[in-house]
Amino acid sequence: MIAAVWGLGGLGLLFGLLLGIAARIFAVNKDSKAEEILELLPGANCGACGFPGCSGLAAAIVRGEASPAACTVCGSDAAETIAQILGIEVAAEDCQIARLICRGGDSQVGLQADYAGLNDCRSAKAFGFGGKACTFGCLGLGNCARACPFGAISMGSDSLPRIDRELCTGCGVCVAACPQSVLELVPKPNRVFVACSSTAPGRKVRQVCKVGCIACRICEKVCEPEAIKVENNIARIDYSKCNNCGRCAEKCPRGIIINELADQYSASAVG
Amino acid sequence: MKLRTFFGGVHPAPAKERTKNSPIATAPLPSRVVIPLAQGGAPCKPLVQVGDEVLAGQKIGDSEAFVSAPVHASVSGRVAAIESVPCPTGKNAVAVIIDSDGQDKWMDTSGSSLADLTATDIKDLIREAGLVGMGGAMFPTHVKVSPPSGKSFEAVIINGAECEPYLTCDYRLMVEEPEEIIFGLRAWLKVTGAQTGYIGIEDNKPEAVASLTAAAAGEKNIRVIPVATKYPQGSEKQLIAAILGREVPSDGLPVDAGALVQNIGTTYALAQAIKLGKPLVERVVTVTGTPLKKSCNLKVRVGTLFSDLLSYCQVSSAVGQLISGGPLMGIAQSVPEVPVLKGTSGILVLTPEEAEVPPERACIRCGRCVDACPIRLVPTLLDQYCRLDMWEQAEKWHVADCIECGCCAYVCPSKRHLVAALRLGKAEVLARRRQRK
Repeated sequence: MIAAVWGLGGLGLLFGLLLGIAARIFAVNKDSKAEEILELLPGANCGACGFPGCSGLAAAIVRGEASPAACTVCGSDAAETIAQILGIEVAAEDCQIARLICRGGDSQVGLQADYAGLNDCRSAKAFGFGGKACTFGCLGLGNCARACPFGAISMGSDSLPRIDRELCTGCGVCVAACPQSVLELVPKPNRVFVACSSTAPGRKVRQVCKVGCIACRICEKVCEPEAIKVENNIARIDYSKCNNCGRCAEKCPRGIIINELADQYSASAVG
Repeated sequence: MKLRTFFGGVHPAPAKERTKNSPIATAPLPSRVVIPLAQGGAPCKPLVQVGDEVLAGQKIGDSEAFVSAPVHASVSGRVAAIESVPCPTGKNAVAVIIDSDGQDKWMDTSGSSLADLTATDIKDLIREAGLVGMGGAMFPTHVKVSPPSGKSFEAVIINGAECEPYLTCDYRLMVEEPEEIIFGLRAWLKVTGAQTGYIGIEDNKPEAVASLTAAAAGEKNIRVIPVATKYPQGSEKQLIAAILGREVPSDGLPVDAGALVQNIGTTYALAQAIKLGKPLVERVVTVTGTPLKKSCNLKVRVGTLFSDLLSYCQVSSAVGQLISGGPLMGIAQSVPEVPVLKGTSGILVLTPEEAEVPPERACIRCGRCVDACPIRLVPTLLDQYCRLDMWEQAEKWHVADCIECGCCAYVCPSKRHLVAALRLGKAEVLARRRQRK
């Protein structure tokens, strides 16, 4: 019996020793930061970030190949925490939010005909833009709201989508779902934007919409950092230059440059 | 005798009485025409500038792309603008807008005799005349008559079915111009090298059958065949099935069944192009509907605005819907200021009651759409796939083979927008296929 105890005990010791050595030789250097970041990521391994699962993204963030805000699912709070772990700051342009660049709701844009077909923006677009007089604007049938994975988009009373700033993660699914391309991703800190997409000449815009951009260039003249330019009949803001001063919004005669920081707009119209 | 026909289909009320016996009249010369540069295949580049004087029949747009047909001025006058305008296809497109000088001065044209022309000559002539399929699809005819290598045409079928309710423009051409149509068919036979020419006519048009049979007397290789009256008998694949008893394979072309199918209007236009050297600048359009005082068949210049034709035909009561084409395949219009295209066969005006769209209800899985689908698709399943963006499933169930005839939506007791959903899926699946290539 003694022999058995010694024999098995000896084998145990031997294997233990071998395992110990193997663990030393084949040790995987784990980055504690990557581990911490992985804890913060959703863990669904959806791959929307473009990296192989959440661990792949965590490693890429540590290596500096991806932004701390690269995961659109976990939101901006998590991005801040990740940035703190790494001792860096989230670049402003990495945090994005979707915006509707149209204000032409049912009460603003003339209807040329009633659309009674399929409740789908793509289908309406194929049938004379669902009867809407402006061919550039939002068709208002809510493909974006149905596509949003975060429930951030609801259809407002004017048949325009309203985007909840708190819930939107800037994933861009709505942008891809919109056949009219009236949704765009913009850096979250930028609060002034042009809410029109029409490249029609001002004369035509006036005929069809009460609030469309008529390319009058007043915004261009009042913009101190020269961030706003009127090109191809539409004002466009270079968000890297814009300082949110909101002067263009004050001066816009059509009220389509919107300053979300100004009180009069914060509660109404804008998603 | 049992008439030849195809699988599935529906029997809508023909509603042709209103214009059936109205001889083709010439519409007044429009003061302004709007001629979209994309009428069949790739959009053309304009050959004229704003301010240029043009003659009727002058080529005003052409493209280097093979799958594209040139466009011609349909009146003489001055080019007023070249800009994007709403089109009856439901989209906006760039068009040449010509203000007519009212004199209708034509380019010098000269006809030729069919015997002097070789097949290649006719093909060139077809392209230069800007011929496209005038049934509605507007596919460039010179491309259609050029089979892919290794394939050939055995038969040419002239589509005289005109199964779409309300429309009578082809019927009137068959009754009034049978010689021209037989001449055109002989030209199709020459250009394709096909042995036999068929003219398929629905049996509810005995006058057309009689007039063409009389005109084809003495032509050994031309046969006039009455087919059953059933929608969509005038669809290419269904007409081939009825006349030749062959099925065009999924994703295939009529040439895979050895057939070339041509519209009556296109055949007439080919005869005119050969005999008179006239490009395709006018066509017969059926303008009809209860709210109109005068419902008629009009010879109309391409580019004439629907609104001009409606005021000529006098709208006397409320309009619920304006449709380009017939009620089943046609496209509802949001504005009447859209031009007649080469493929516009009819302008249909419905009263508000006729145009009322009943509310959509849930599918009850009755399967009527499955029985009606002439392509043997399963619309009820495809409807769900297309609404849920399940494109892979939709492709697997052959949504791309849908001919958008509307039989499924016509029989649906739940009034589901089946065609709209399938159209969406078809567009998406075809776009994905192009992306994969």
